[in-house]
Amino acid sequence: MKRIVHKHPLAIRWFHWINFPMLFVMIWSGLLIYWAYDPYKIQIGDYVLLSFFPDSFYKALKVPFRLAEGMAWHWVFMWVFILNGILYVAYTVISGEWRHLVPDRRSFREAGQVVWYDLGLRKTQPPFVKYNGAQKIAYFTVMLMGIGSVLTGFAIYKPVQIAWLTTLLGGYEAARLEHFLLTVGFVLFFVVHVIQVARAGWHNFQSMITGFEVVKPNDPERPVSQPVAPTPDPTPPTQPALS
Amino acid sequence: MSQSTEPKLPEEDVPESVTRRKTLISFGVFALAAAGSTGLYKYIADSKNALGVKRPLRLVLNENETVAKTYFSNTHLVPTFDPKQAARPARVNGYEGIKKPVADDWQLQVERSNAEPLLLSMDAIKALPKYEITYEFKCIEGWSQKQHWAGARLSDFLAIYKLGTRSGNAPNPDQPDDLFNHVGMETPDKGYYVGIDIESALHPQTLLAYENNGQPINAQHGAPLRLIIPVKYGVKNLKRIGRIFFSDARPRDFWAERGYDYYVGL
Repeated sequence: MKRIVHKHPLAIRWFHWINFPMLFVMIWSGLLIYWAYDPYKIQIGDYVLLSFFPDSFYKALKVPFRLAEGMAWHWVFMWVFILNGILYVAYTVISGEWRHLVPDRRSFREAGQVVWYDLGLRKTQPPFVKYNGAQKIAYFTVMLMGIGSVLTGFAIYKPVQIAWLTTLLGGYEAARLEHFLLTVGFVLFFVVHVIQVARAGWHNFQSMITGFEVVKPNDPERPVSQPVAPTPDPTPPTQPALS
Repeated sequence: MSQSTEPKLPEEDVPESVTRRKTLISFGVFALAAAGSTGLYKYIADSKNALGVKRPLRLVLNENETVAKTYFSNTHLVPTFDPKQAARPARVNGYEGIKKPVADDWQLQVERSNAEPLLLSMDAIKALPKYEITYEFKCIEGWSQKQHWAGARLSDFLAIYKLGTRSGNAPNPDQPDDLFNHVGMETPDKGYYVGIDIESALHPQTLLAYENNGQPINAQHGAPLRLIIPVKYGVKNLKRIGRIFFSDARPRDFWAERGYDYYVGL
């Protein structure tokens, strides 16, 4: 016999793995669009620290002169990205899964401890149930960023018909910059996420596909927190509340 | 909410054969889904082009137009600004259709149902009520610029000359079926051409413009008469209008033929 812990509900796994190629298509086609007008850079005085993006970068990725193609992919797959996001948020709310995701005040202190632990400056990591504090903050933030990308996206997609949204976000040019910055955020998230998943190992990774993990007794990587008040929850997270 | 409200993850004791079977099925489905999405990509990438873009993408872009029309409204206006904020001079970006100087005997030719084409001089356009607008002109490339234009409303022009309808009457909002679906415009040399849905053409901020920053528009901006249509990207703002016509089918469109969305409504 094996003791398994049901970690990721089936729906969450689908949302996650659909989102991966969708986000890739949106970022790639977004880059094809951005190339046609690429003014953003980080500059200190007259010194350009980082230009978005150098010609060599565009050339290596075969970006130039593909605006029309980029717009077509962007305006087709945005619907899948949006729909997947809506279903994810709805499922997370209705199923109670949000209890594992939404950070609280304690998460921020915990996140600091997790970072110390990851840097090797702390021996133990704080106990957690599904996600540690740093994960909660990261995953919840990336969900908010998804909403932000849709809103800033529509603000530049329909700046006349939905002018109120564009104005609310600071105007057309501001909304385009915000849309870009959020994309940079997704790329940074992706890099950290992949590194952390690689560090966490196969055991953790495969649970995003199978949904479960075999419990190892006294696993130092998974210090299990004991519930402070063991009140049974009326809606277990893996069962949709509607059932 | 404190962490105590976070429920424990459900645990279960199962035989090893069960975990092995579950793992196998999960990875099988995962591989199938990965193959499916790769197949979808291949299907799109290997499709024939429809006007310069992959056919499946073109079909969705056309559906996007249907979606956009559900919330399009003449009461949704582009934000306007003080003319003092306008760029001087306004940016010029593209010379298609205006590479040669405009003919001295330029006239605007407008096709009509059941009648000879109208031939109009600039005086006829200037006789219509004049409107000014300072708004953020938006190029499909991504840049935008506050620009100040003045001219006659296209909707006034269509109303006074009784254009755009099958009956030959002035456009009537109560009789949308009488309207043709599209307006087509071309430069005199037919080097540049656009098609515009009639709703966008009748939008109150759509102008037949003849002034920029209070001066007659110059050759590079499409003298003597150009389209200013704030509900569209710049590509639809045809310079040096030579001919206007109406049709239900989409009129040919220079940039749509080169892979861009046809509607490009903002």
